[in-house]
Amino acid sequence: MSETVLLADIVARGYAQPDVLVSTEWVAQNLKNPNIRLVESNEDTLLYASGHIPGAVHVDWALDLNDPIRRDYLDRAGFEKLMSRIGVTPSTTVVFYGDKNNWWACYAFWVFQLFGHSNAKVMDGGRLKWEKEKRATTRDVPSYPTTSYTAPDRDDTRIRAFRDEVLTHMRAKKKMVDVRSPQEFTGERTHMAEYPQEGVLRGGHIPGARNVPWARAANPEDGTFKDAAALRAIYEGEIGLRPEDDVVAYCRIGERSSHTWFVLTYLLGYKRVRNYDGSWTEWGNAVGMPIEKP
Amino acid sequence: MGQCRGHADREALTGFVPGPLADVAAEFESVDRSMRAEMLIEYADQFESVPATVATRPFAEVNRAPRCESEAYVFATDRPDGSIDLWFAVENPQGLSAKAWAVILRQTLSGQPLEDIARVPQDTIFRIFGRDGSMGKGMGLIGMLDVVQHEARTRLDKRKRAHAMLH
Repeated sequence: MSETVLLADIVARGYAQPDVLVSTEWVAQNLKNPNIRLVESNEDTLLYASGHIPGAVHVDWALDLNDPIRRDYLDRAGFEKLMSRIGVTPSTTVVFYGDKNNWWACYAFWVFQLFGHSNAKVMDGGRLKWEKEKRATTRDVPSYPTTSYTAPDRDDTRIRAFRDEVLTHMRAKKKMVDVRSPQEFTGERTHMAEYPQEGVLRGGHIPGARNVPWARAANPEDGTFKDAAALRAIYEGEIGLRPEDDVVAYCRIGERSSHTWFVLTYLLGYKRVRNYDGSWTEWGNAVGMPIEKP
Repeated sequence: MGQCRGHADREALTGFVPGPLADVAAEFESVDRSMRAEMLIEYADQFESVPATVATRPFAEVNRAPRCESEAYVFATDRPDGSIDLWFAVENPQGLSAKAWAVILRQTLSGQPLEDIARVPQDTIFRIFGRDGSMGKGMGLIGMLDVVQHEARTRLDKRKRAHAMLH
């Protein structure tokens, strides 16, 4: 089956960069392609061990992508080591997939972009679609020859936002998307009355942010991304974003917002979108930060 | 609120792990990361959703584990001896950790004294699941334990009120 046919459905959805997505069938046809490396990244780290796409390697966001001590991502040396371990060269096409509508796959994709590995794609629908189509899985963990990978220093300026930058962004009344649930956005407690909110001291959202829960970008039945028209209706029709806007997305720790970053950047073609990975656990715990609570 | 926090802190400090749960936690602490994953998957494979005789969909929000991304629900039914049986639903089919934790909680805390259930420290979760998981997952698993302990504490409070009325 030709590449065009395999990806026709994705191309028909009108995305700005349709080639950033591949279909499950495309992956199935490329399982033995040595220039493709499938990377599974999940919120629930048990999933890979319970069965994964044959040939896929596991990238655990906590162990592989985070600094073991500080709240930060791995550095250049750590990224080079990771890429070597999973047998990736700069010319390898890395295809990410995972659980929960590719939420964590997009997070891993985002971290890879901090090091400029742009030869990267996401399997539309992720684990959910692969499993629903009853495609093959295995518990065999593949082993690939180590590679020599030279990465640039991590670039935190382009697609990542820090707290003080977000404060400046907020004061300039630029666009922000809070991708948490409506209950988190309003600061309403979602727990039982006798239990204090864990993890964060204050509820609410960054003043000026608009709320679009991240999962609205996906079709719940199979985890695929909604088409461009539907996405525009949400982000442009409902909260007034424009492709030329300077946008900051955030959630609780920056993982859900990487999904929205992916959608705005690649599927809708926005030029300036940054993920604030400090997100609410930083903002809502920091002393003196402005908070809006309806 | 301050009183509640203080209460929770005291619970954490004076935590007690009932025997069956302590045995499970000790077993997990004795294995490496890979074996831990295998064992958790085995627990998850044993998961059975709450029977319709106990609860039916749509489940009540009060039963929903806060902060759990796998949409876990916790239910308790009373035993004649005053202890409880625990039941769970995990709506996300890929929520393996939630399923494993549900099975462990059900197998180790059902039938235990309510006072002991109320004192289980949150740290038990990390002894079983390790400390390298995502914050979201950890918070979700804590949320499941929260509801279990809420069920125990509610019954204990009711018991205390009944006792006070008698005296």
